[in-house]
Amino acid sequence: MSEYDNNGMTLFLKIWRQKCCSEKGEMVNYTVKNISADVSFLEMLDILNQDLIKKGEEPVVFDHDCREGICGACSLVINGEPHGPEVLTTTCQLHMRKFKDGDTIVIEPFRAKAFPVVRDLMVDRTTLDDVITSGGYISANTGAAPESNAIPVRQENAELSMDAAACIGCGACVAACGNASAMLFVGAKVSHLGLLPQGKLEAQERVHNMVKKMDELGFGNCTNEAECEAVCPKGIKLTNIARLNREFAVSSFFKKNDSGTKQEWS
Amino acid sequence: MGCCSSNNNKFYYCSSSIGKKQLMAISAVMLVGFSIAHMIGNVLIYFGPKYINLYGYHLTSNLLLPLAELLLASIFIVHIIFAVILVVENYLARPVKYHMKVNSGRGANFASATMPWTGAIMLVFLIFHLINFRFGTIYMTSYDGIEVRDVYRLLIEFFSNPLNLVLYVTAMIAFAFHLGHGIQSIFQTVGINSPKYTPCIQKLCLLLSLVLSVMFSTYPIWSYIKSIQ
Repeated sequence: MSEYDNNGMTLFLKIWRQKCCSEKGEMVNYTVKNISADVSFLEMLDILNQDLIKKGEEPVVFDHDCREGICGACSLVINGEPHGPEVLTTTCQLHMRKFKDGDTIVIEPFRAKAFPVVRDLMVDRTTLDDVITSGGYISANTGAAPESNAIPVRQENAELSMDAAACIGCGACVAACGNASAMLFVGAKVSHLGLLPQGKLEAQERVHNMVKKMDELGFGNCTNEAECEAVCPKGIKLTNIARLNREFAVSSFFKKNDSGTKQEWS
Repeated sequence: MGCCSSNNNKFYYCSSSIGKKQLMAISAVMLVGFSIAHMIGNVLIYFGPKYINLYGYHLTSNLLLPLAELLLASIFIVHIIFAVILVVENYLARPVKYHMKVNSGRGANFASATMPWTGAIMLVFLIFHLINFRFGTIYMTSYDGIEVRDVYRLLIEFFSNPLNLVLYVTAMIAFAFHLGHGIQSIFQTVGINSPKYTPCIQKLCLLLSLVLSVMFSTYPIWSYIKSIQ
């Protein structure tokens, strides 16, 4: 077979299996053999699934898409940490060299009321999309591209906005949070759009509507533990949550429309 | 959240996640302020019975005291009620718990993870503290013909029991952890977080919580020592 026949790793997996959202799930033990240190974590699961298919068993369902660390589709809580033990890395970019021969690896789905399990390790994260559709956009008609210096943007704001825009919406912040709060996600979106001139016009309405939607969807409340920041594969900072807190308070008490007059919204 | 669709933004604010947290933060600022005043007032114990007793007399003889007590009680109630609501909501936000969950070591710590528990300990402590002292035995003494409550005697008597001493100091350890995460958390919740100042703010907050809990622990210890002398 392959060159790894003799030096591949043997791993003991404990994987959450759940038929569907309404059924109870359980941890099931699997053993995978001859795993090269060079394969990615998801490829290791592919190998396991190939084995299961050959044996006539149901393969383990998990989310994945680009496998380049930029789409936010992969999830998994590996040994108790969302996206596994490596910092600033998505599950798809995690490689098996981070593990040792004979290791036991516990693999679970992201858990939150707002992330119901679809099957096995796949969860429904459309709640994050719902938060986006409640205000995470710019609806101002910008017309044709303006002359490059017509709209001045502070360098600092451009940097902060771009840092926040790095959020891939994977939901690891929710998974890591002891309270399943989506504050880091919402904070990132509010910062990314609200720091730039085009997004400023609707900034107050946006922050208000996104927080309202976040609350309605059953995400928890932030307790400033910073677990979200610690596991975020894109390094989104806690300062974004502070900005969200600040702008929410301001939008609640001093709301203005773009002409600077007082405005009412529901 | 029945009032979400209300046109009244301020009403909605109180039911929103961030609003509730900010109300907790603002009430926490006031409670920390009260703790500082309480700590400074208690220093008079070290100057002898006359000072602390007359301090107590002047405090209680002030006609505005019932108003101040009412205000303080309502601050406590706001802090406690919103804490309970938030803890319950947070619990419900993850109905199926993790089989295995470890903290990254770069975020949560013991103090932050035990906030509801240390808070509950503080609530129990608060109730007993009020029973023990505010509504405790009233001994009287007089200075220059003025009849005043002898809180000094109550203090020494109460802490002559080592069990009381141990319980109070234990409560102050919980207090230290609660404030250790709580005070610096206030800044983040109201939106003050800057890469430049936050590390310094966090250290000062930690120092304040340490000073408060250590100072509050010294009073029972000192009283106990006095009682066995």
